[in-house]
Amino acid sequence: MDPLSWTGPIGIFLNPALGMASLVLLIGVIAQIVLSWVMLEERITFNADGTAVKAGGIVGLTNEIVKWSLAALLLILLAYILGGVLSGHSGGGVMGGVTQRFTPVLVALVLTFVLSIRYKRSLGLYGKLMDSTIGMIGFGLVMFWVYTAFFYGTFDLIATHDPLSQVSGMKNKVPGTPLNGAEAGDYAYYLLGGDNLARDVFSRMVAGSTIVIIIAPFATLFAFMVGITLGLPAGYYGGTLDTFLSFLANLILAFPVILLFYLLVTPEIVMTGIPKYMAAVLFAFPLIFFGVLINSRYYTEPSRNFRILAIVLLPMAYLYLIAISEGGYLVNNEDVTIPALPRLFDLYDIAPGILVVFVSVVFVNSPTVFRIVRGLALDIKTRDYVAAAQTRGERPWYIMLWEILPNARGPLIVDFCLRIGYTTILLGTLGFFGLGLPPESPDWGSTINEGRKLLSIYPHPALPPSLALLSLVLGLNLLADGLREESLKD
Amino acid sequence: MGLFILRRLGVMILTALCLTFIVFFLTNLFPNLEKLTKSEGNFRMSDEEVIAWLEPRGYLDPLPVKYGRWLGVVPGWVGEDSEGRVIGRCILPGMAPEEAPRYCGLLQGYMGYSSVFKAEVSAIIVERGSQTLKLMGWVMLVMVPGALIVGVLAGMREGSKMDRSLSTFSIATTATPEYVSGVIFIAIFAASASPLNEFLRESGLIDGRTLLKGTATSAMENATFENFFLPVITIALYGMGYIARMTRASMTEVMTAQYIRTARLKGVAFRTIVLKHALRNALIAPFTVIMLQFPWLLNGVVIVETLFNFKGFGWTLVQAAGNNDIELLLAVSVVSVVVVLVTQLISDIGYVYLNPRIRIA
Repeated sequence: MDPLSWTGPIGIFLNPALGMASLVLLIGVIAQIVLSWVMLEERITFNADGTAVKAGGIVGLTNEIVKWSLAALLLILLAYILGGVLSGHSGGGVMGGVTQRFTPVLVALVLTFVLSIRYKRSLGLYGKLMDSTIGMIGFGLVMFWVYTAFFYGTFDLIATHDPLSQVSGMKNKVPGTPLNGAEAGDYAYYLLGGDNLARDVFSRMVAGSTIVIIIAPFATLFAFMVGITLGLPAGYYGGTLDTFLSFLANLILAFPVILLFYLLVTPEIVMTGIPKYMAAVLFAFPLIFFGVLINSRYYTEPSRNFRILAIVLLPMAYLYLIAISEGGYLVNNEDVTIPALPRLFDLYDIAPGILVVFVSVVFVNSPTVFRIVRGLALDIKTRDYVAAAQTRGERPWYIMLWEILPNARGPLIVDFCLRIGYTTILLGTLGFFGLGLPPESPDWGSTINEGRKLLSIYPHPALPPSLALLSLVLGLNLLADGLREESLKD
Repeated sequence: MGLFILRRLGVMILTALCLTFIVFFLTNLFPNLEKLTKSEGNFRMSDEEVIAWLEPRGYLDPLPVKYGRWLGVVPGWVGEDSEGRVIGRCILPGMAPEEAPRYCGLLQGYMGYSSVFKAEVSAIIVERGSQTLKLMGWVMLVMVPGALIVGVLAGMREGSKMDRSLSTFSIATTATPEYVSGVIFIAIFAASASPLNEFLRESGLIDGRTLLKGTATSAMENATFENFFLPVITIALYGMGYIARMTRASMTEVMTAQYIRTARLKGVAFRTIVLKHALRNALIAPFTVIMLQFPWLLNGVVIVETLFNFKGFGWTLVQAAGNNDIELLLAVSVVSVVVVLVTQLISDIGYVYLNPRIRIA
């Protein structure tokens, strides 16, 4: 079998067209920028019949060129995607093969956008996001990876091979190489080539998305729980509590992140059980948060209060115990043995590498969230509605959680998006230094770390995970930007 | 002002003490000491042998005592090694035990002996640090003017095409961590199989195999454009977007101010307004941001030095942490903490000096 070319037969027509369109677009954009520099004001010409025409002449011409070449470019890209989905690797080469594997994701994306735009007026802030181009692009990029992770994680779609299995003769092979000794039922190509252990680069990239998409938002959520639970009282009460907590936060922030990772994530430290203690403390914050949240609202009606508390807290407490206990113990080594949930009730053990990575990422993120929440609380506590609540005789925690927090949600939502991106970068950093997750793990950081050793000879194993990480983080940043813009419009 | 600086200095010292104590605690946990022993001795040592190695070297003493020794407020340890020679913290190789001072620690200017590099820690820090200073200096030279130009151009006319494209560019650079941009740059400019290099080779524009080099090891003695540009631009790009966005925000704010409108109504040329009226006020906020970027740069330096194999401060951090070289790691953290805290202090003081509206009593 012949190796695949990048774009296959459909590329014979589309590649020159793509080249032409991008060249024209490039020239148009450069001309536009130069012109905007030379001609300061937008030109408006008034016609004899009383109508006004904006930007005629050379500026209008470049605008038209850019508009049409962009449309042509998008049409050609659409043709690539459709050609790829319909004909796969036989028609569209490597790109076609990759596009065809992503078909479920693309279908889900199209459905999401159609439904969201159709009902955007009744969807609140999320619907307003559909008014901003930047926000939509960001949302699209993020959802692309979310759907990829979902379809790979639950239905095992998209990936062509097992991300861990090695095939002899496929070591460092370039993209589009036919699979050595392929049997019926095997996907016949390594679409994006093989890495230095002869594993499929494409499948590893897809499998890596699941790890990132699960850990990053959850770790950020936990960091927010910690930051909010500590930041609100620090900002609201001030005084010694604030001084102490701010000192702690600055202390953690003064650590170079990588030094902290090296100190927390090495196997020797894991052996001492320190990450487990940290997990026990950090994972307790959601419990505290929801406990206080509910209690501060309903403490005047004890029976209802207990009912709601029980409904919310008991399952959470059980999940907490499942999360921190491993084989019946919190920590079990030569020096210390602390029993936790018995093995019988422990439904799921988090893989130790993942737990350590999770805890250290939460630990690194919380101080920044703490500072943001503290700043917001300091600002909002001077508002009139807080004073009104104080005059009504509301308790401090009610004011913090039911008056201040809801009014701080705008900046917090924006920061949440940005912080998921930052957490993704941190996870990549951990992988890049080979910390935490086992070396054969397909997460993007570890894959980049493996690929960088032979980078100047075989660049293809390291590039797909790099671009994947880049697109996800870029998507989150654009999404945050769109959200900020739309929430400012109110 | 004096009192403010004094108080900040006090907090700084307290922070540095707490931080080094945490590093000290974590590196002195028994599994870490065991790893250190086995890498010093051999990997098949029994538990008793490990204890016998650690005991005379003072590693098994209580933590505060050990920390005090490192600080120089408790006398250094003296013991005998397996062959009966007198060894001690303050007895450097080639020094007679009687001549050695009683105290040797940070306060006496002694930072210890590196177990990985077999050299005095202070010498290593100076040597590696100077390499990193060179890298940082070039990064600053590229990053700061670049970011300011991008930010001013974008913020000059809010909402224009230039603003949109430059803002998207800044968002893209902040979304690209060093290990991603570095990998992409190496794949494009330093991989012999990349289309760019094949094109350049065929057309005879370059003599070597690639346009730029993917390793900066040779840049330690002789930094050239070929071997030093990629590491510098990799770090600079990541920090650039953030500074550019801050500059843009502060520039757009200034451009809507009353005095700018007055100047425009008077008929002053747009260029003059930007350069003479707006720029000076718009650069106050970016100054603090630039100072606060130093800690971030430190992170970037670690990644880039590892990726490009440039043996500077960041590379030393990775070596020290990977091998549990306690004293080198402590020195590295002291230096980085001091860098972080001093830049914070400078940024606060600078803000006050630059902005006449803020005064600290």
